[in-house]
Amino acid sequence: MLNTISLGIVITLMYSAPLIFAGIGGVLTERSGVINIGIEGMMAFGAFVGAAVGYYSQNPWIAFLAAGCAGGSLALIHAIACISFRANQTISGVALNFMGSGLAVFMSRMLFDGATMTIPVPKKLPKILDGIEFTFIMAIIAAALLWFIMYKTKWGLRLIAVGEHPAAADTLGVNVYYVRYISVIISGVLAGFGGASLTLSVVSNFTPTVVSGQGFIALAAVIFGKWTPHGCVASCLLFGFAQALVVMLGGEGSIIPSQILAMLPYVLTILMLIIFDGRSTAPKASGVPYLKGVR
Amino acid sequence: MEKLQKILRKPLTAIIISILCGFLVGAVILGVAGYNPVNAYSALFSGIFSKPKYIIQVIIKATPLILTGLSVAFAFKTGLFNIGVEGQFIMGSIGAVLAGYLLPMPAPFHFIVVILSAMIFAGLWGSICGYLKAKFGIHEVITSIMLNWIALYLNNYMITLPFLKKPNSESSYEIGKTAWSVFLGNWKYSQDAKPFFKEHPVLGDVILRTDLNYGIIIAIIAVAVIWFLLNRTNKGYELRAVGFNNHAAQFAGINVKKNMIISMAVAGALAGLAGGLQITGVMPHRISTLSIHEGFGFDGISVALIAGNSPWGCILSGLLFGALKFGATSIQSKVGAPSEVINIVIGVIVFFVAMSSVLPMIADMLAKKQKGSEKDA
Amino acid sequence: MKDNTVYAVQMKGISKYFGDFCALNKVDLNIKKGSIHALLGENGAGKSTLMNILYGLYQADDGEIFINGEKVNMKNPGMAISKGIGMVHQHFMLVEPFTVAQNMILGNEITSHAGIIDYNKVREKIKDLSDKYKLYINPDEKIEDISVGMQQRVEILKALFRGADILILDEPTAVLTPQEIGELIEIMHKLVESGKTIIIITHKLSEIKQSSDTCTIVRRGNYIDTVNVSEVDETELASMMVGRSVDLHCHKKEVQTGEEIFKIENLVVKDSRGIEAVKGLNLSIKKGEILGIAGIDGNGQKELVEAITNMTHTESGKIIMNGVEIQNKTPLDTLNNKICTIPEDRHKHGLVLDFSVEENMALNGYKKENFSKNGVLNLKYIKDYAADLIEKFDIRPASCGKIKARSLSGGNQQKVIIAREVTNNPDLLIAVQPTRGLDVGAIEFVHSALIEQRDNGKAVLLVSLELDEVMDVSDRIAVIYDGQIVDILDAKDADENKIGLLMAGGGKDGKK
Repeated sequence: MLNTISLGIVITLMYSAPLIFAGIGGVLTERSGVINIGIEGMMAFGAFVGAAVGYYSQNPWIAFLAAGCAGGSLALIHAIACISFRANQTISGVALNFMGSGLAVFMSRMLFDGATMTIPVPKKLPKILDGIEFTFIMAIIAAALLWFIMYKTKWGLRLIAVGEHPAAADTLGVNVYYVRYISVIISGVLAGFGGASLTLSVVSNFTPTVVSGQGFIALAAVIFGKWTPHGCVASCLLFGFAQALVVMLGGEGSIIPSQILAMLPYVLTILMLIIFDGRSTAPKASGVPYLKGVR
Repeated sequence: MEKLQKILRKPLTAIIISILCGFLVGAVILGVAGYNPVNAYSALFSGIFSKPKYIIQVIIKATPLILTGLSVAFAFKTGLFNIGVEGQFIMGSIGAVLAGYLLPMPAPFHFIVVILSAMIFAGLWGSICGYLKAKFGIHEVITSIMLNWIALYLNNYMITLPFLKKPNSESSYEIGKTAWSVFLGNWKYSQDAKPFFKEHPVLGDVILRTDLNYGIIIAIIAVAVIWFLLNRTNKGYELRAVGFNNHAAQFAGINVKKNMIISMAVAGALAGLAGGLQITGVMPHRISTLSIHEGFGFDGISVALIAGNSPWGCILSGLLFGALKFGATSIQSKVGAPSEVINIVIGVIVFFVAMSSVLPMIADMLAKKQKGSEKDA
Repeated sequence: MKDNTVYAVQMKGISKYFGDFCALNKVDLNIKKGSIHALLGENGAGKSTLMNILYGLYQADDGEIFINGEKVNMKNPGMAISKGIGMVHQHFMLVEPFTVAQNMILGNEITSHAGIIDYNKVREKIKDLSDKYKLYINPDEKIEDISVGMQQRVEILKALFRGADILILDEPTAVLTPQEIGELIEIMHKLVESGKTIIIITHKLSEIKQSSDTCTIVRRGNYIDTVNVSEVDETELASMMVGRSVDLHCHKKEVQTGEEIFKIENLVVKDSRGIEAVKGLNLSIKKGEILGIAGIDGNGQKELVEAITNMTHTESGKIIMNGVEIQNKTPLDTLNNKICTIPEDRHKHGLVLDFSVEENMALNGYKKENFSKNGVLNLKYIKDYAADLIEKFDIRPASCGKIKARSLSGGNQQKVIIAREVTNNPDLLIAVQPTRGLDVGAIEFVHSALIEQRDNGKAVLLVSLELDEVMDVSDRIAVIYDGQIVDILDAKDADENKIGLLMAGGGKDGKK
């Protein structure tokens, strides 16, 4: 029994790590006023780059960093479109989802003899203390750091101001575009880390289904966590638990068909959003491009 | 100069430039990957146009995309982003297979019942999103993504059910032939047809070796109906008012929530129609276990965006997509480059469509410069 | 003599275009150090644009700026702040969920190490500043919880916190009571005494007379003149502002009231945050009268109108129109009970900006006979109907039926709404801030449309934050304070001071 519980916790934490990375990235970009539904694509690209670099370099740490760069570079495209060119943020995000997964599979075919799967990495990221994934520890540290920056430092003050009332921040000499660029790019790096947490710790290779909507579950966690880092982490743990349940309850001899079990995280996400009304707490300027000098 | 400004402000210009940019980026990626982009693209085009059979294949491929595109475009016009079109497509397929296999019926009625079943399944699925948005204010993008995955697993679950699963396969049973919408479906495989096709090999190529079906006609009718609904009726007026400005619509006495649900139901039904026509019109006339979304719905999003959300435009951009998707296989077979390059091209096209506000910005800048130079002169 | 004058601000030949539209055409501005200088012009004349250029928010397409005699290329607000310029915007630039202190320091944070904000030091500095200028404020209160007057105080302190010597106040009195305006003018004089220079943007003539030393007039983006305020009277200023002689008051026939048609009993409404905003309000309107509601923003006006139009639900109480209770129904029920509304936010509630003018004209009639049959729209009828109204209400451009409402000017957009609502023949017309942002010509049009309704024996409810407007147009004035009507006065014997006191809560119950 005790073993089952500790196994459950370990699996929950393992599945939570990618969600936490992607989720706090979502918190960061939405608090700055840019909606990023391209997180899914950034995770996919990060997952691939992590797996591929992990295979070639045989070093999971380099692979992890490379995945962050991959996510960040896709995010840069999103930032240019949404911030400098005032593109429709939702559509740009959709396009990035296509591009992210398209690039991942394209490059996989190129580098792995036409296969859409990569060859498993020789070395995964380490575990500590009875099998807790190190990615989880890193994700929690990243979340704590974001919390500290948001609520204790001047950068956090500026970030929140830009997301709530960009014109006010602008009139006080805060560079709205700069703050948003940084936020979006870091959110992409975090999403890339999230993807790499999948392919370098949860599993050990990239497949086209490895991300399967987790970027969007992370976005739901952002809403459910009321756009705060701590709330988001809590929601991600909940969704991670749902995925752990799928694993724990599934397998041979399970009474519930595996297909029905597999729906659980998605059903839970919708139920959670129903229970929690997310209308009132979204950053006011989220999704609104900022333009100086428009009347 | 002024003419250039005018052209830059036209929406069509943005779309054409976006398509060109898509191909350009695709070429760069191909080039970097070590393939000759010219060869790749010429393989693409000959894979689309070189034989009448190919053109028919493109139309067959385009039919569901026109409808999923129409679904997304319709929802967009009413202010909703129907990213759930993928799941609705799956639900439509399930609805079609259930009615097509379990309810035997004489020929013309069976087809109608199957299609209606597909539309009802998907319409209800779509209206869940509308309901959740109207009632709880949950953004439709997130719910519909979740519903896409739930639909996928539901599809896989259905196939495990003994009454539907074809033994020793990963698929359901096929629907009854009475429900097929294949062009000359009964006749073309019969003994009577053999001499005819021998005499007319080109027609044989087009009819016998493809899944040529009536779907495209129904898709065009659907486009016309949606266009009329949106632009010529009360309901369409309401839906568009809600889409442009739901506050003003509510203020003017329009029931915004009801319209949201209706809109998502209609959008879902259109996606279901696509799924249903795919089952009735195209081999293998059954559903199979899915490990990943097939993309009929997600491509519909791109189709709608490139069409500028115009119903009629969906026909053109649906055909473009059908062509790209079908031609992509030739890139793989003839040049050896991964066919996913087309997905990247599509992503880039959509991305540039999203940025299309840049062009009027450039036009403004030109206007300003012109004014400046006039002043100096 | 000219050489000796020290100018705090000089702007020379400033031009600014928005697309094709020329917002400013070679405007000059010279402001003496240590003076209060008014910038007078109608809505849309270019006053705010000129000041936004001075503050670095916009860049001029042409012209030069000198601060204290030094030429400055004003690239951004940060630069303006470093040159000692501070601006209080008409729509306050305050982040609502932040505290006063957080708003004060934003962009100019006092930090210990590693960027961590030292709130103790911040509080100290704010206290010093408050004491110095006698502008007291609680640094730990959230902006969303303090009054509008207090918010303005925060804005002024924000500028002083950054060491501003030149203060730009953009329409600072629009949201204040007459008493608060008096206080503000006192503060302005105090600031000037301590060496500051103040530029006040306004279109209110009496305030210029009370507060300013000199005044520059702009009209449609053009510089008109700069005058010493003591040497001109209000009528002269008005005609310079508008470009023709204007009558500052509207004329109307004696009021001929009929029976009571609309009544509100003990109405309680909560605002979007769930706090009671209307607290047991009573009101009644007769046929043939204009009832004006005077009050400071945020005293329940918004929620009152939302309750009548059924855009929100009420907690308790009744809203009765023609004997029918209409509370807690739908907006359609409000409409069907012959209540039409000119909403406060014409872009949000009044128009579908991406619809054509024709389509907008059909917004509350599209289901009616003629407009549609069996669910199919009669486009020909809608076109003719709209063309008729465009002509009747002189909406420009005259052939605007097919163009998007978005591309009309503010005044013409408002005319579209008025045309639609008035033609719908309501028994009660509600007009909320109907002249906000309009120029004098359009304001006159709106007022005469309201008065025409009244003269036709209809009831009109006017809700406005502009006390002058309420006093000028209404037959009776109901003063709203803290969600209740504290007094109803006959417009003829209402005086500004008394209403101002009531608006500030100095009601009959002697709270103040």
